[in-house]
Amino acid sequence: MLRVEEKQEPVTFSAELTAKMADVVSRYPEGKQKAGLLPILHLVQAEYGWVSAPAMDAVADYLSIQPIEVYEVATFYTMFLMRPQGKYLLEVCRTGPCCLVGAEKIMDYIEQKLGVKEGEVTPDGLFSWRGVECLAACGFGPVLQIGPEYTFYENLTAEKVDTLIADLTAKAKN
Amino acid sequence: MGRKLLLEHINVPGINTFDVYRSKGGYAAVEKALKTLTPDEIVEEVKKSGLRGRGGAGFPTGMKWSFLAKPEGKARYLVCNGDESEPGTFKDRYLMTYIPHLLIEGMIISSFALGANVSYIYVRGEMMPQIRILEKAIAEAKAKGFLGKNILGTGYDLELYVQPGGGAYICGEETALIESLEGKRGNPRIKPPFPAIAGLWGCPTVVNNVESIAAVVPIIRDGGEEYAKIGIGRSTGTKLISAGGNLVKPGIYEIDLGLPVEEFLYSDEYCGGIANGKRLKAVVAGGSSVPILPANLFLKTAALAPRLMSYESLSDGGFATGTMMGSGGFIAFDEDQCIVRNTWNFTRFYHHESCGQCSPCREGTGWMEKVLHRLEYGHGKMSDMDLLVDVSKKIEGNTICPLGDAAAWPVASAIRHFRDEFEWHVTNPSAALAGNFGLAHYADPLPAPEPVA
Ligand SMILES: Cc1cc2nc3c(=O)[nH]c(=O)nc-3n(C[C@H](O)[C@H](O)[C@H](O)COP(=O)(O)O)c2cc1C
Ligand code: SF4
Ligand code: FES
Repeated sequence: MLRVEEKQEPVTFSAELTAKMADVVSRYPEGKQKAGLLPILHLVQAEYGWVSAPAMDAVADYLSIQPIEVYEVATFYTMFLMRPQGKYLLEVCRTGPCCLVGAEKIMDYIEQKLGVKEGEVTPDGLFSWRGVECLAACGFGPVLQIGPEYTFYENLTAEKVDTLIADLTAKAKN
Repeated sequence: MGRKLLLEHINVPGINTFDVYRSKGGYAAVEKALKTLTPDEIVEEVKKSGLRGRGGAGFPTGMKWSFLAKPEGKARYLVCNGDESEPGTFKDRYLMTYIPHLLIEGMIISSFALGANVSYIYVRGEMMPQIRILEKAIAEAKAKGFLGKNILGTGYDLELYVQPGGGAYICGEETALIESLEGKRGNPRIKPPFPAIAGLWGCPTVVNNVESIAAVVPIIRDGGEEYAKIGIGRSTGTKLISAGGNLVKPGIYEIDLGLPVEEFLYSDEYCGGIANGKRLKAVVAGGSSVPILPANLFLKTAALAPRLMSYESLSDGGFATGTMMGSGGFIAFDEDQCIVRNTWNFTRFYHHESCGQCSPCREGTGWMEKVLHRLEYGHGKMSDMDLLVDVSKKIEGNTICPLGDAAAWPVASAIRHFRDEFEWHVTNPSAALAGNFGLAHYADPLPAPEPVA
């Protein structure tokens, strides 16, 4: 859960991020800039890996809305991460149709392979994982996604998980 | 082999680009609509086509469009619903990934018909790759003069934007989607007023599913009457079915409505039968929200007529012996699947996704989840089944939005048709933990119906 009292240092958005935020806001009529909140939270999360309270305050400031309007939205939507995660967050679908084709086994396997429970981060800071709800890929389950680009990995098997984790570990080292 | 109206060119290399899409006759329907038809004539064609909303409710699209209020001096909006979060449904993602210009083309025609000059495609946030694909397609269409100011010299202006969601099933509900698009929590609104009167930023708004909007393209290209020739009765045209679960060939199929379910399930052209040589135990025909049916009642109606993939045939028998077309999220369960576990899983989903505004939904889904959990894990009581039905009845119809019903129906139908299996969990808790009830009698031939006097 978000604990606003644990505020870190204020954040300042880069010029590049601010330009992207301005582009978002240009999509709505005059005075309706609040509509940019979700797209902007995605941009912020892609930049920092999660959404901190100071980042939300800066978003509120940018959109000329109250901080609470950002907090209540960021905590409603499951995609916004309220605390730092591993560099790679493996989000595995845990909903019915994927379970018919082995999603629960894959989650058990990932837990055992990474040696951390759902929501925890590996000691090297590289990985965390969690179950998420139906990802609209039910015919290709089990399936997982990895942000911030939300790349999909479908028809998962233990071997595919091994390869994926090995590849990502190698990628992080380079 | 049915006709393909949406997926005809899906395997053409480069069909995701403007040029290839255009070379296959793409955007001709936009030219026809903007240059030769009035907005009212387009609405008329869509009415004639008989197209029913492909997002789940099956409401006639042309009729929905004709309800749109047109007050002077107020903007009107078309919002495309690409939230696709109903478990079992994965057709819109496919369409947006592989043939994005079909959706863009449909959005241009539909926006013109509704008099919208700014339209949004709301796509669930997890579909970031699809959002990028759509944005690229929009930029291409704009560069070619199909979007922006004075489209094709007709004087019609349209801007199209893609809006990401944040991972909340409830934002598929049209008023929650509008709230979300406005930058708020996805809490459904109390209706009335309906979005057609007061939707996005209080302006008249139409919300339509991705597939519904895509279907407008062949309707305008060939005419509404041509479209209505496909299908059966009030189920006209083609429908994308997302087929998942224990099938030989899971995937997305475009079928003519009216295809016999047996053919859809077992023919090599479609699902190819049940995976691993197993037998079919149950089917959820239209996404997790619709009632589950045992194999025997799914393949045949209670009157022993072959069941068809159409709105009417799937709902034949009402909730007693039928189900619904829903979103076309088709989930097949083989003989090894446990109905109790699946019902618990679905209920956990609805509890997780409830927005929490109404107590019957917020609390009721939580109670049902708990009771189903104890049944699944060997601590159930014989009275639990009646308790579940009771709770489901108290949710149904007593909430702001249909998520409550969507959570109640799977539980009520599972107990209606699979009560033996639930009872077996109570009487054999350790066996139920180690194995499962199997196919039992759920595929046995149905008894002959009572003769009608
Ligand atoms: C809880 C809930 C979730 C829904 N999810 C979706 C969805 O993901 N996609 C969709 O198109 N419609 C969804 N709907 C239906 C929409 O509210 C709306 O009826 C639909 O988008 C209208 O489009 P159509 O008439 O073209 O089908 C959902 C409805 C409810 C109650
Ligand atoms: S029925 Fe459930 S999801 Fe719908 S408004 Fe009420 S609490 Fe929210
Ligand atoms: S159930 Fe896993 S993607 Fe739909």
